Amino acid sequence: MNIQTLLKQGAIWAFIVAELIFFTIAGDFLSTSDKSFMDFDNMLLLLKQSAPIGIIALGMTIIMINGNIDLSVGTTFALAAVVMLDSMTWPFMVALGDWSIPLAWTFALLTGVVLGAINGLLVWKTGVDAFIVTLGSMLGYRGLVFMYNGENPTSKLNWTLVDFAEAQFLSLHTATWFLLAVTLVLWLVTTKTVHGRNAYAIGNNREAAVNAGIKVGPHFLWNFILIGFLAALSAVVFYSESGSVNPNDGMLYELWAITAVVLGGTKLSGGYGSIISTLGGVIAIQLLRKGLGHIGAGTETVNLVIGLILIAVLFLDRQLNRKGKEELKI
Amino acid sequence: MSEAIPILRLEGIVKTFPGVRALDDVSFTVMPGEVHALMGENGAGKSTLMKVLGGIYAPDEGRIFIDEEPTVMTSPLQAKAKGVVFIHQELSLADELTVAENIFLGELPLKSMGRVDWAKLYGDTNRILKTLNVGFNAKTRLGDLSIANQQMVEIARALTVEPRAVIFDEPTASLTDAEKVVLFDVIAELKARGVGIIYISHRMEEIFKITDRISVLRDGQYRGTLETAQTNEDEVTQLMIGRSLDLSRNESHHELGDVALEVRGLSCGNLFQDVSFEVRSGEVVGFYGLVGAGRTEIAETIFGLRNPSAGQILIDGQEVRISSPIDAIGYGISLVPEDRKAQGLVLGMNCRDNMTLPQVSDLTAGPFVSDGAEIAIFDQYRDKLDIRTPGWKQIVGNLSGGNQQKIVIGKWLSMHPRVLIVDEPTRGIDVGSKSEIHNLIRDLAAQGYAVIVISSEMPEVLHVSDRIVAMYSGRVMRQFTSDEVTEDSLIQAISGIEAQVLA
Repeated sequence: MNIQTLLKQGAIWAFIVAELIFFTIAGDFLSTSDKSFMDFDNMLLLLKQSAPIGIIALGMTIIMINGNIDLSVGTTFALAAVVMLDSMTWPFMVALGDWSIPLAWTFALLTGVVLGAINGLLVWKTGVDAFIVTLGSMLGYRGLVFMYNGENPTSKLNWTLVDFAEAQFLSLHTATWFLLAVTLVLWLVTTKTVHGRNAYAIGNNREAAVNAGIKVGPHFLWNFILIGFLAALSAVVFYSESGSVNPNDGMLYELWAITAVVLGGTKLSGGYGSIISTLGGVIAIQLLRKGLGHIGAGTETVNLVIGLILIAVLFLDRQLNRKGKEELKI
Repeated sequence: MSEAIPILRLEGIVKTFPGVRALDDVSFTVMPGEVHALMGENGAGKSTLMKVLGGIYAPDEGRIFIDEEPTVMTSPLQAKAKGVVFIHQELSLADELTVAENIFLGELPLKSMGRVDWAKLYGDTNRILKTLNVGFNAKTRLGDLSIANQQMVEIARALTVEPRAVIFDEPTASLTDAEKVVLFDVIAELKARGVGIIYISHRMEEIFKITDRISVLRDGQYRGTLETAQTNEDEVTQLMIGRSLDLSRNESHHELGDVALEVRGLSCGNLFQDVSFEVRSGEVVGFYGLVGAGRTEIAETIFGLRNPSAGQILIDGQEVRISSPIDAIGYGISLVPEDRKAQGLVLGMNCRDNMTLPQVSDLTAGPFVSDGAEIAIFDQYRDKLDIRTPGWKQIVGNLSGGNQQKIVIGKWLSMHPRVLIVDEPTRGIDVGSKSEIHNLIRDLAAQGYAVIVISSEMPEVLHVSDRIVAMYSGRVMRQFTSDEVTEDSLIQAISGIEAQVLA
């Protein structure tokens, strides 16, 4: 590994370390709580809270490496949650008792897979840009959410489910385990499998990939199915605990996911990116949210700061890359 | 000439990048009315020198004089204001704008309140176009022009100021022979007006046709200046690479095998019609013709990228249907495309991954790609093709053109094809690597591959081919064996002269 790639992949982790140091020191002066920022429980909670956006962002990484984008993840998240919670109130499911839980999960995950497959097929078969297709499905799927239950929230609290979601194994929460498992699987997929290799190739140079006999369409389809599944998985993890979904839930999730992916260094234009760095991006954003809260800043400040940092990071990245190019062009 | 002072003089230019001394004490002079060739292999420092001249890079040491006035160049715009203009190899024009808007991009003539003075814009443009003697006008949409005409627009852009020195960077790379003639007329016209011209090119033929002096760079160092009239290709080549390039006729003859690929009456809309030919194992068939004669389109059709409207393709005597590259690869057909960066390589990926791209799905161990199997293939073809790279992890975009081309060729050889189609195999590749690629093509034929070479360079076609198919305007005009072909007959065939006589 040369210095440049080390710098690139290490940058997000250096940023996380800087955040930790800053908030620990600033927290000593500004925080109203007497707990330190780096408190162990606080960090565990941080990882758990990273999971919903994180699981989606990891899927978004492979979509973006492939040269696409998915704007419909937030609504897929909401619809999967509605399906999961509502299905548990159906008479035959109630009759099943706690056995309804795995079934409800399956329904939710299948919803995600189907919605993702619709996106993937549209992108593949129509040739319309993924941005446009998923912009359309983002609106359309949200319509389905409202058709399901109007403006009302869909609720179902199942205490077995809540216990499972709140459980901690080796200190880590259930949601954190899901986040880490998805990271591991997607890391293997992107770095070790044929599908991952071809996804990079297609994103980097679609024409060369076609000329090498790679079937572009099926790779698109699989990636959209994957991210649909992950958006639903994210919903399953989150709503198992909360037990209630509003029809507007999941809004802007697509943008938070993209922010985390981009912060991790994945290119919007495709062909370059890393799952591990996206995990870094997710944690960095969550740290920023929690840290700013810790020193007494409100949500509005948090959004402002994250926006500024995103632009600053990309500007810096551009400067570094340009310098790299100049060196090469001799 | 005795009193003439140089238009442009570069003195002791040094430019270093981290780890590399890109220019090492380079001096260079252009006189008024002179066409001065700047030559050197890729990476010799030509581009860097021109970027210093254009104000894109600041030199570490050395000075630039214009009319013997010391000048500091800070930007391309400032260079242009001083009369130093660049005509780039890669066109930087906007397709959707008119010719006039492109020519005056960034300097549109204005009336009050920021309104564009269209009358003046079109008037000025048409005046410039008239001096270039072109067949389009100011209001033509740029995207509707041929590449050659777009190049003329690029030149017209340089003429909006009264230029003192014009730098042409590989201007003929995408031009046909007829279009080159027009370009050379423009250069002669500029020369007559006393403009100094720097002409960067790899093509010896042109250099000897139009230049007065030749300066050579090698590894960032100035190697000397020769009077064109008093030197020859060998001397220049030796100065550039320290050895000479063999471009003699192909005279090797080995036993040919059976017909590997046969094409009968193949047509594709109005791109090409009724094309028939065959290629035997062990044979190199060269396709020669003007740009737009349909050669690349035939290759693309055989490779499954286009659907033929009529005709048959036979592999080993069996008719096959090829509707995608996947089919073609399955039948053992490989295509090394014309534009290796856009069509052949995944530039952001490393050497090994590019090499194994078409077959990576067969190199698995369990669910994962087998590193070992991939590296074995890469090592084998790196050695076989003498690909120079620090290691398989090197990103392909960082390799030189010659090594990139070898990666593409290696990629297909590792698939063990029967038919290898190479489209413009040495475009944009320096002289040394060129002859390596030529030798490689001959070697592959000797090993029994059936090879099709598409090229716009006559010496190249003559050098590598056993047989030559001459095309004109979508039709095969004539097929020559390497014994019977003459340059004259070839030129006549590809410029449609025979067709007119026969008609």
